[in-house]
Amino acid sequence: MITFTLNGTETTCTAAPTARLSETLRETLGLKGTKVGCDAGDCGACTVLIDGRSHCACLIPTARIQGARVETVEAQTPLLTRLRHSFTRHSAAQCGICTPGMLMAAVDLLTQTPHPTEAEVEMALGGVLCRCTGYRKIITAVMQANFALTDPVFSGAVGEPIPRIDAEIKADGDLFGADYAPEGALTVKAIRSPHPHAAFAFGDLQTYVQTPGIAGVFTAADIPGRNAFGVIPAFVDQPAIAPSPARFRGECVALVAFEPGTDADTNAFPISWTPLPALTCPAMAEAENAALIHPNRPQNRLIEGRVIKGDAATALAQSAHIVTGSITTGFVEHAYIEPEAGSAWMEGDTLNIRACTQAPMMDRDATAAVLGLPVDRVRIRISATGGGFGSKLDVSVQPLIGLVTLKTGRPCRMTYTRAESMASTTKRHPSEITGRIGCDATGRITGMEFAGRFDTGAYSSWGPTVANRVPVHASGPYLTPHIHATARAVHTNGPVSGAFRGFGVPQAAIWQETLYDELAQKAGLDRLEFRILNALRDGDASATGNILQATGIHDCLTALRPHWHRALAEAGPNRGVGIASCWYGCGNTALPNPSTIRIGITHAGKVVLHQGATDIGQGSNTVIAQIAAQALGMRLSDFTLIGPDTALTPDAGKTSASRQTFVTGRAAKAAAEALRAKLQALGNKPLSALPADAFGFALSAQETYDPPTKPLDENGQGTPYAVYGYGAQMVELSVDPALGTVKLHKITAAHDLGRVINPLLATGQIEGGIAMGLGMALMEEYIPGRTDNLHDYLIPTFGDVPPIESILIEVPDPDGPFGAKGLGEHVLIPTAPAILNAITHATGGRITALPALPHRVLDAIRRARK
Amino acid sequence: MPAYARPKDMPTALALLAQGHRVLAGGTDVYPQAGPTLGGDILDITDLADLQSITLDHGLRIGAATTWTAIADATLPPALHALQQAAHTVGGRQIQNAGTIGGNLCNASPAADGIPPLLILNAEVELKSATTTRRLPLANWVKAPRRVDMQPGEMLTALHIPADALQGRSRFLKLGARSHLVISIAMVAIRLVTENGRITQAFAAVGSCSGIAQRLPLVEAALINGAPIEAAHLAALSPIDDIRATAAYRREAALELLRRAAQDLAS
Repeated sequence: MITFTLNGTETTCTAAPTARLSETLRETLGLKGTKVGCDAGDCGACTVLIDGRSHCACLIPTARIQGARVETVEAQTPLLTRLRHSFTRHSAAQCGICTPGMLMAAVDLLTQTPHPTEAEVEMALGGVLCRCTGYRKIITAVMQANFALTDPVFSGAVGEPIPRIDAEIKADGDLFGADYAPEGALTVKAIRSPHPHAAFAFGDLQTYVQTPGIAGVFTAADIPGRNAFGVIPAFVDQPAIAPSPARFRGECVALVAFEPGTDADTNAFPISWTPLPALTCPAMAEAENAALIHPNRPQNRLIEGRVIKGDAATALAQSAHIVTGSITTGFVEHAYIEPEAGSAWMEGDTLNIRACTQAPMMDRDATAAVLGLPVDRVRIRISATGGGFGSKLDVSVQPLIGLVTLKTGRPCRMTYTRAESMASTTKRHPSEITGRIGCDATGRITGMEFAGRFDTGAYSSWGPTVANRVPVHASGPYLTPHIHATARAVHTNGPVSGAFRGFGVPQAAIWQETLYDELAQKAGLDRLEFRILNALRDGDASATGNILQATGIHDCLTALRPHWHRALAEAGPNRGVGIASCWYGCGNTALPNPSTIRIGITHAGKVVLHQGATDIGQGSNTVIAQIAAQALGMRLSDFTLIGPDTALTPDAGKTSASRQTFVTGRAAKAAAEALRAKLQALGNKPLSALPADAFGFALSAQETYDPPTKPLDENGQGTPYAVYGYGAQMVELSVDPALGTVKLHKITAAHDLGRVINPLLATGQIEGGIAMGLGMALMEEYIPGRTDNLHDYLIPTFGDVPPIESILIEVPDPDGPFGAKGLGEHVLIPTAPAILNAITHATGGRITALPALPHRVLDAIRRARK
Repeated sequence: MPAYARPKDMPTALALLAQGHRVLAGGTDVYPQAGPTLGGDILDITDLADLQSITLDHGLRIGAATTWTAIADATLPPALHALQQAAHTVGGRQIQNAGTIGGNLCNASPAADGIPPLLILNAEVELKSATTTRRLPLANWVKAPRRVDMQPGEMLTALHIPADALQGRSRFLKLGARSHLVISIAMVAIRLVTENGRITQAFAAVGSCSGIAQRLPLVEAALINGAPIEAAHLAALSPIDDIRATAAYRREAALELLRRAAQDLAS
């Protein structure tokens, strides 16, 4: 028995003395506000106060708190209330998984230092990682928490900087995938391959399953349906539970379900491994006589995408100036702070799955296929999702816990460890990009040749999307009359490369934007003016022959002009300025991409928005509701939101491709307008007099929007997207010429959103995308088996993200809701190349292999001096 | 069920240790390496007052379970400023509030932040068992990466800084690829004792550039002689290529950091 004071109340509990305090709080005492991101003290998500000081609860033996005073995010104190309010007001929480840890670390600080400086906040909160916000709004929220400020009053109209509507839930400690399980749920653990390629054989499973505490063992042989999932029907190839051989390190080969309360230890699982030769890079995989990872894919090639317009070779031959270059980038890990987790249970004949995700309908369909169930027997109720960034588009726990519950008839739960999350889920594609760009004597771009090879890992996932998206965007937002661009995805025995904020476009931008700097220099043009000269304008044809409208890049670049001139004046030896642009098509590439929204009014007059778009922190719960409110002519506070649930919400598609504000926003606008028309037609008739409609409402409207795109032909010509978003970022930094370390001073980001639905959330996206981009530029590289933790795999911390000035540009797109365009991925694309360009400006050194770790920067400086 | 004890007195602790209990201090290294549950009989040493005090008496004694926060917050002579600077860079605030100096040494990582600042203080480790007490220089006690000279039934109880090592001023510099929560690429600690503006004694140590952190006598000689620190003075280092940096870079970075630390102390 352990007795301590928990949030002011004397509490007694029974727990193993060495049980992690985080586990005791969550599992024994049921306080799920304390989050677990790594179980290693690397992320700080589980920060609690012990006798007033911040500690990682995952490192504290429960017995040690005997007699101590413990405070968690569930505490109700005046200071915590002020902090929560400040976090809400300043939008310091996006997905919310790190928020409890941030709040508790801030309580420790503000108790001692009520009005801290920025540096003091960074020091005190530096042990908590956030992957969404870029930290700037958290710093503001903590610094402002003890100042009494009057809250502005909002109606929720489009354009208002209202706090996200779920902000208070986040600040209380939202409920994520690991935070709910039915009573009596089995604990599911996966057996995973320790080798990149290995045959395996099970020992005596019949005996093993008799071990006390083990409720069941499941292998590929137990899968009742098609043992394959994937996001693109033609390429579905990834087994939920692999038969021998395993094709990548971390692949699931079996499941063990444990009775609740037993030690879920799989060490005695009977399996023997025979390592096989592994193809660890595309060059090996494409070598003559290389073994095939999938027999139906010759040369281990998954797919090649191409965009060919005009005659690039001739155009280059006739160009006044040509630059040639190559870059390489490695695996990048999404590193959301919430490892994959969820629970499953039966309700009658229906399998219910509650898990973190970006794509509930796709989860439903994939899980049903694996389990051999009709889709209406699977219901996906999503949990709060603690960051996704693309990786939670693919199923993770869903088919696994679905299988266990289906087979046992019992509820179950599964939470990936950090190592498991990093090893088994998708990554950003490593890339090798090479090619040439030319311009004429006046600096106008004449042509481009681009060839990209992408390591797509063991299974297809979103490899085809990357291969198709990259050539379309290879030019960047610049008029390029002649282009020959190819991108091929090659299988290896590496981790599965999938979707990651930008689908390969960030890698392409690193190549193209660093070369544009060289080309500008050759043409004798200022780097910004070169970009302005070549910026796409309305009526220009893109590389795919898409005649463009609402091209905001020119406005973004010119908005940076005064900042550019100031920054150049302040630059000098080892202090540089860099710039890069982005454009990005919103939604699927030349494929159907519909969203459906339903809005109803109850007989009591309550407005209900059935909104199936998953909010993974980016803010669609708020933005879609704002659009609906504006179009319906009502206040946001009049709305009740029914969140994503495949049984309750129509399909709003997946949260990816920067599509929710645009596509689901258009559906919401259409549904609201249709409902408004019905209301107007009603005249003075009371709602209560109406019969219930098919959805049980007095009145309702359901509308679908699918962007008008046209398929690409064999040369990639067509209309891949209806709407593009644009942006440009300028980086100011210093390089330590002796150590190669980079210090960022400021990033100025101009992004064209068409119409800003919510500036508070928009700047949050910009700051978070920049943080992720700078991580990719300066520190992030996932090495299988070596960096599957959050101390060897580095993501930016407090202090790594400089002040960011966001400039929101509005060039309304006729196809966007109220003119709005997507933003979520755009914001990451320019950051890394702008940083590399600034490093070159500061030192002359050119970085061609990412990340730009200090030793690589120093090498680049040395090479430049030779 | 495995035993757990958190005694308040040393004799009890040492008796449990003799029975084979495993020592748990801040837990910041033990828990991450433990897997889902921490098994075995555990001796939690965080309630032993003797192990958590910093006392000045013929030199300085630092209890082995003193947290990094306690070290950072203590009022200590300038000779220990390098140690206090290191204390601020061990993980984040949460880790500093739990992690102990003794745990850092026992874990004996090549990148242990505590070792270089203690090497320049000629620190000695105090080891006790139920029947024995011994003291030996830290430099002799750390045998290899992740291996220290710990006998069965023994535990690290304190660090001793000799009185004559409390002179002078010190500086610690750590280089990593991000602002917080960073495992160093290279780190250096220097302590200089000056008389009439002249350096009379110099102590320099480098971490993360060899299997175990080490003093560099040639660097120390150069500092005393007023000569520039040269690459050749770092020949004893044996850095490796790894995910954080190349070996060649580590040599250069260590040299640069040593020069900067020395310059900081001179100014």
